[in-house]
Amino acid sequence: MSKILEGLKYSESHEWVKVEGNVALVGVSDYAQKEMGDITYVDLPEEGDDVIAGEEFGALESVKAASDLISPVSGVVVAVNAALEDTPEAVNEDAYAAWIIKVEMSNPADLDALMDAAAYKAYIKE
Amino acid sequence: MKYYDKLIFELSKEGRKGYSLPKNQFPQSPELPLQLRRASALPLPEVSEPDVVRHYNNLSQMNFGVDTGFYPLGSCTMKYNPKINEEMAALPGFNALHPLQDAPAAEKVLAHMNDLLSAITGMHKFTFAPCAGAHGELTGLMIMRSYHIGRGDLGRTKVIVPDSAHGTNPASAAVCGLEVVQVKSLENGRIDIEALKPLLDSSVAGIMMTNPNTLGLFETEIKTIAKLVHEAGGLLYYDGANMNPLMGVVRPGNMGFDIMHLNLHKTFSTPHGGGGPGSGPVGVAKHLEHCLDGLKVSGFHGNFGVILRAYAYILSIGRENLRKVGQYSVLSANYIKESLKDLYKLPIEGVCKHEFVFDGLLNDGAHDDVPGATTLDVAKRLLDYGFHAPTIYFPLLFHQAIMIEPTETESKETLDAFIAVMRQIAAEAAQNPELLHAAPHNAPISRPDETAAARNPILKWQDTLPA
Repeated sequence: MSKILEGLKYSESHEWVKVEGNVALVGVSDYAQKEMGDITYVDLPEEGDDVIAGEEFGALESVKAASDLISPVSGVVVAVNAALEDTPEAVNEDAYAAWIIKVEMSNPADLDALMDAAAYKAYIKE
Repeated sequence: MKYYDKLIFELSKEGRKGYSLPKNQFPQSPELPLQLRRASALPLPEVSEPDVVRHYNNLSQMNFGVDTGFYPLGSCTMKYNPKINEEMAALPGFNALHPLQDAPAAEKVLAHMNDLLSAITGMHKFTFAPCAGAHGELTGLMIMRSYHIGRGDLGRTKVIVPDSAHGTNPASAAVCGLEVVQVKSLENGRIDIEALKPLLDSSVAGIMMTNPNTLGLFETEIKTIAKLVHEAGGLLYYDGANMNPLMGVVRPGNMGFDIMHLNLHKTFSTPHGGGGPGSGPVGVAKHLEHCLDGLKVSGFHGNFGVILRAYAYILSIGRENLRKVGQYSVLSANYIKESLKDLYKLPIEGVCKHEFVFDGLLNDGAHDDVPGATTLDVAKRLLDYGFHAPTIYFPLLFHQAIMIEPTETESKETLDAFIAVMRQIAAEAAQNPELLHAAPHNAPISRPDETAAARNPILKWQDTLPA
C-alpha cells in the first residue's frame, strides 16, 4: 500500500504539490516511485526556467523506464533539489521528503484542478 | 558449459607472441620525431595463437543467440537466419567488392530488391542507404519535411505519434526538428480516432504508426485514419518493425501510407542483436519519388551485405511461402497467448498478430498476503530454463509488460516447451516466490545489481576496480 499524505495536492501523472504561500513544492508520489522502481537519475530543470501546468519539466529514470515529470502548476522555478543529481535514491527512500522543484506560481488557480489525498487514493485504486 | 569470463589482458605473458613475421628486407625508415612517439608502450595483450583461439571460443559459448535457442524478444523478430543467406553473402563476387568499383551485379541485386520490396509493401521506390530502423525513420521524416517545404508549406512542424509507438519514433521526430504530439489509445489498444481528429490541423506534417501496433494489434480503422490525415494535408509514415505478420497478406501502400521503412534485419532474416548490423531501407509512394531523388543519406548503398542476405531470403522463400511467413507468425503468437492467459494477465482479449503483451503474472506479488513475482522475476527465471527472456517493461502502457514474439520459424515442440516452462514459472511464483526473486540460478552470472550499475557505471576496462 502506497503512502499518501494528507494536506498535499496530487496530479493524474502522480506528482504531489505542497503549497507554501505562493510557492509550490513539487515531487512525485510514493505510488509513482514504487511503480518506477529504483530511480537512477533525475533530470532537473534550471532555476529561472518557466514551467507550464500539464507540460514536462524534467524526467525520472529508473532501471525499468524513463518517465517525464509533468508540472502540476505554471510559474517560475525558484529552486531545484540539486542533491537528487547525486542521490536519486532519495526519491525511493521518502518520496514526500524528496521535493524536486519549487515553483513561484503564476496562476494559483492551477491547484483547483488537482486531487486531494482522498481523491488520489481513489484514483490509484490500490 | 564451462564458466569463462576472463579478459584477454589477463592471459598476457610478457614476450609471448602469436605470430612470426619474415625478416625485414627493406631499409629501416627514419625514426619518428619525438613529439609523434608515445611516451610509453601500448598495454597490448601478449598471447599465443592457441590462447587467442580458446579465449574467443570460450567467450562465444557464454553467448545466447537464435542459433542456440528460442528467442521470443517482442518487437525484434528474432527469427532463424537461414544459412543459405550467409553462403550467398560470402560469394567472392560480392564479399570482395570495393565500395568505389563498378559493380553491375550488385546494382542488379539492388534494382531487383527494389522491385521485390515494392511488390511486398505497395510502395513505389526504395532507398537502401539507411543502416538501421531508426536511421530509416529519420530519413523518412526528412523526406516528409522536404515534401512539405518543397510545396512551400512551411508551417507543418508537428508529428503525431500514438502512445503505443516504438520509443524511436518520437526520438527520430525530435532529431528531425519536429514537435511530437501524442495521441492516446482506446481501451481496446487501438488509436482513439476521436482524440486524433482535433489534432489534425495545418501544423501537422504527418503521423507515425506501426501496424500492427506495439501491442500486436491490427489498427482496423487504418483507412479512416489515412483519409483524415490526408485531408488535413499530412502524410502517413509506416514503421516497418512489425511488418512480419503482414507479409504477402496486406501492404502498407494499400493502407494509405506514403513513406515507410523496413527492418530487413527483422522481417527478412538477417542476423542482428547486440547493436547490428541492420538495414532500414525507406520506401515512398509515387507522389514522393521526387523527394527521394534529391536525397543524399550517404555516398554508398548502406549495409549491402545485409541487403544481399535479405534478398537471398526472399528468393529462397518464394512468393507463395512469403505469405505463410506472416500467417505462421500470427498462429504461433496466438497459440502461446491462448495457452498462458489463465496464468498471466492478458489486458486486451482477441486475436493478436505476430506478438502480444501480458501485463505480468496473475500472482504479481503486488499484494503482501498473496505470494507472487514480478515480470522481471519471470524473465530472469526463464534464463534458468534455457530460453531468452521476452521484451519486458515495454510498451509503457502496462506496468508489468511482457512482450512475446515467437516468429514463424519455431516448431510446435519448441512453442510447447516454452509454454510448459512459463506455466512452471507461474506455479513457482505462487508456491516459492523466493526462487524467482533470486533467479537466475543456472546462468553464468546471477542477478546483477542493476541499480548500482546504473548509478555508478564503470564504462571502460580498469586495471583494478575502484573500492
